[in-house]
Amino acid sequence: MPEIELYLLITLMIVGALVAVHTRYLISAVISLAVVGMALAVAFLYMQAPDIAITQIVVEVLALVILIIAVSIGKEVVDIKGKWETLTIGVTVLFVVIFAIFAYRALADLPPFGSPLMTVSQRYVEEGLKQTGSANLVTSILLDFRAYDTLGEATILFTAILGAFAVLRNIGRKAK
Amino acid sequence: MKNGMTLIVRVIARFVSPMIMVFGIYIILHGHLSPGGGFPGGVIIASAFVLLTLSFGKEIAYQKLKESTASVMESAGALIFLILATLGIVFGGWFFLNFLPKGEPFRLISAGFIPLCNIGIGLKVGGGIFAVFLTLILFRLLEKGEGD
Amino acid sequence: MMFFLCFVLFLIGLYCVLIKKNLLKIVMGIVIMEYSVNLFLITVGYKAGAVAPIVTEGAGKVSFVDPLPQALVITAIVIGIATLALIVALCMRVYDRYKTFDITKIRRLRG
Repeated sequence: MPEIELYLLITLMIVGALVAVHTRYLISAVISLAVVGMALAVAFLYMQAPDIAITQIVVEVLALVILIIAVSIGKEVVDIKGKWETLTIGVTVLFVVIFAIFAYRALADLPPFGSPLMTVSQRYVEEGLKQTGSANLVTSILLDFRAYDTLGEATILFTAILGAFAVLRNIGRKAK
Repeated sequence: MKNGMTLIVRVIARFVSPMIMVFGIYIILHGHLSPGGGFPGGVIIASAFVLLTLSFGKEIAYQKLKESTASVMESAGALIFLILATLGIVFGGWFFLNFLPKGEPFRLISAGFIPLCNIGIGLKVGGGIFAVFLTLILFRLLEKGEGD
Repeated sequence: MMFFLCFVLFLIGLYCVLIKKNLLKIVMGIVIMEYSVNLFLITVGYKAGAVAPIVTEGAGKVSFVDPLPQALVITAIVIGIATLALIVALCMRVYDRYKTFDITKIRRLRG
């Protein structure tokens, strides 16, 4: 029965996220975020998604390195303690509560956990090996049935990297 | 930090990083048979280069592998993917047609153009992510150089 | 219950984005929200007692989990790392300009 382990893992993720939000030192927050990501990878493995588990582990390591670079560039290692404005707190609590209510109402219409509604994917599962010859059905969906999604993903990746280049370039900027 | 990390880290990185690259290539090539594919394989190859960059220091890594090389890798991957997609129009009539013969299932040479697409996507993802990592590292280097 | 726990994780990230004053904490909140959405999509496709969607030779007819959300999430994760790099690049440029990560001090315009 894998559900018990899934609930334990998601509890660990929630605790890790709370620590990451509320801890004082930024490096500790980054490490807690890595705990959340690694628990997420194990949860993917329990939910029978090995492709995504591999991707999540590797991407998590790279995200950890990038966030540590971002933390170490600044001289502030401690979280900023600002004045807590009552208007901000009130609006935040109101927004979170309204969002939670609507999420709860929306979740009532979903099929129960463990028995998905497979209308389109049933056809992919049955015809995938026959039509594409790929034993990994995720790859057959990714590169044959829904290859336009992958093309759009490649475009987004290219645009994001181009944006990072354009933001970080030093040519043409005045040195102070 | 100018000369990278200590000798132990450098020797271990020199041994480990080719294995990581071979593992990434294996993940890419067997993407249609086992878990994996172009996306995780590309990120694994990028992480091997990231390991080399972090252990040997920025200057040496920048001399060995410039970000223009990574950009060329990314552009080559995107071009492979788009050319394969466009060849579908030439051979059969629509975009992203799997025009190659399917072959026998559960073999390495099978599934039409899916392994070639995986190679293209792996090159694109690996090159792109390593290029943006190198840009982040070098930005910090230039700022430190100006400040001193 | 499982779905609602995913939304609790999302709400933690939303709270972090709305209430924190450090720019890097806001980035971490965005990352937490991204994780929770990925977990939710995979949770929707999970089928009890099924195996991973990879056909093995001579295994007969077995029940697979839903492969469609997995194919969507595998692209979303890679997009997530690229956009994280873009956000971090913007944060570095802001720090270079203002010498602080405090969003209450990043108010005045400097050309």
